[in-house]
Amino acid sequence: MTYVLKNVSVRHAAAERSNLSHALNDIDLTVAQGEQIALIGPSGAGKTTLLHTLACAHPPLFGEFSLFGVSPWAITHAQRHALRAHSFLAPQTPPMPPRQRVVTAVLAGRLPRWTIWQAIASLLRPREAEAAYLALTRFDLQDKLYSRVDRLSGGERQRCGMARLLVSDARAFLVDEPLSALDPTLALQTLKTLQDEATTRNATLICSLHQVELALEHFPRIIGLRDGRIVFDAARADVTQEMLNALYRNARSLDSHSTECKEIPPIIAPHVHLENQY
Amino acid sequence: MYTSKTSIDTRLTEGYQPDPAWRGRLTAGIVTVLLLYPMLLASEFQPWILLDAQSLHATWNFLSSFVPPAHSREFLMLMLGATWQTVAIATAGLALALLAATPLSLLACTRFSVSRMESGKLRTASAIIRQIARWILVALRSVPELVWALLLVRIVGLGPTAGVLAIAMTYSGMLGKVYAEILESSESYTTQVLLRNGSSRLAALFYGALPESASELISYTTYRWECAIRGSVVMGFVGAGGIGQRMDESMKMLAGDEVSTMLIIFVLLVACADMVSGFLRKSLG
Repeated sequence: MTYVLKNVSVRHAAAERSNLSHALNDIDLTVAQGEQIALIGPSGAGKTTLLHTLACAHPPLFGEFSLFGVSPWAITHAQRHALRAHSFLAPQTPPMPPRQRVVTAVLAGRLPRWTIWQAIASLLRPREAEAAYLALTRFDLQDKLYSRVDRLSGGERQRCGMARLLVSDARAFLVDEPLSALDPTLALQTLKTLQDEATTRNATLICSLHQVELALEHFPRIIGLRDGRIVFDAARADVTQEMLNALYRNARSLDSHSTECKEIPPIIAPHVHLENQY
Repeated sequence: MYTSKTSIDTRLTEGYQPDPAWRGRLTAGIVTVLLLYPMLLASEFQPWILLDAQSLHATWNFLSSFVPPAHSREFLMLMLGATWQTVAIATAGLALALLAATPLSLLACTRFSVSRMESGKLRTASAIIRQIARWILVALRSVPELVWALLLVRIVGLGPTAGVLAIAMTYSGMLGKVYAEILESSESYTTQVLLRNGSSRLAALFYGALPESASELISYTTYRWECAIRGSVVMGFVGAGGIGQRMDESMKMLAGDEVSTMLIIFVLLVACADMVSGFLRKSLG
């Protein structure tokens, strides 16, 4: 099993102690190695927090959590940090310094494998630049290999972030909104590359998506998250329109009609802020 | 025209509150003045002394000897050697300071703490190490380089060695503190993501924080180099060599033309440091 979660609740590090609402509540989830799962739900549902929890970025408040059969919060600090190299968390905003070159930004995916001296030497003369080139080729960005990150468009940066995922050694990909800056054609192509890579490596892929249609079309298993709880966890064929309507009920008004915000339960408000902090 | 309060519809301003920050700002302003005034008295700052007849006469005599600046070939060669020594003391001192400041600033900085990423808190051991590093930095920079130089001249004797060591000690404290703060206030996002994906702390520094804050680090370092040049001039007065020692001699002989040449050299040195800083930051883009 890649992930086993039992009754996991998570409070966001920034939340105050008196704040009784958790970012995630009573999450029960079992994910087998090689599964491909889409995470859907309205903004502020806790999708990003769930991905961060799976990446061992922060400890759960309660509940049991294991990853590759190991309980990450029961082992030592150093062992846990070594475990992090086995999963790759790709955040929604690509984490690349503007002045860095693309080749360096992509090769940062190799850092857990390299010694610190190899990492420093690679800043002067890129090590395994061919690996970065191959990864970029799969997103049609091979000619950007030696460009600076700040010369790239938003969509190109996002795909660069995915290229970093390809050069990593991870056995689990946790991808947060990989398609948010892409046009429909590129979105399809990028999703296909991600899924192909996951299939080839037998890596687990968990992907949060706002495009419900894409999720239903391409992922065999769909998890609906709302207010920090799993509303449904079903095979694609079993997801009905009623389930989707319930998942997104009221929440859509947040984007379109600000006057209807009062209808949204107050619990959503702090999470909206937290999820958008990047 | 709203000249009186009554002309504004009171129903509209019902929820209006006066700016809650105003009283705090007013108090802070009054407290600042109350604190600064006794300091002005204690420092015996009396600028009008400059203007009494005796001072004006002395100033005029000294200043009139400034023109023309000394420019004999022999003197200029002497100055070239002394200037070179001053720059060399500053550069060597700063290089040593960098060697000490870099590891200390990394220890003092919480940005690369994995435990902080996990829970928002530092582990006790890391917190203690961090505090010790900060104390070392405070101790190093709390003694001015001039005082270090006076102490070191007693130990290693007159000459540039004392100046180099004095600069290294004070400046490692300053550089370490400011480096830690620059890294701390840099965009944490890329560093955090690298840590979450299992990079080591140092790798996260080199691939996340350094490219984000390289420009600030370089501009602060070249500014400190400029300060170190001035510092090494001052230390020349206590026998640490370089242009300062020459200036001390010229001042004692009231040789205004020599002093004015040296002042021109100072301005040129600082302008040069400024150009180096500008060039380095430009090449970073």
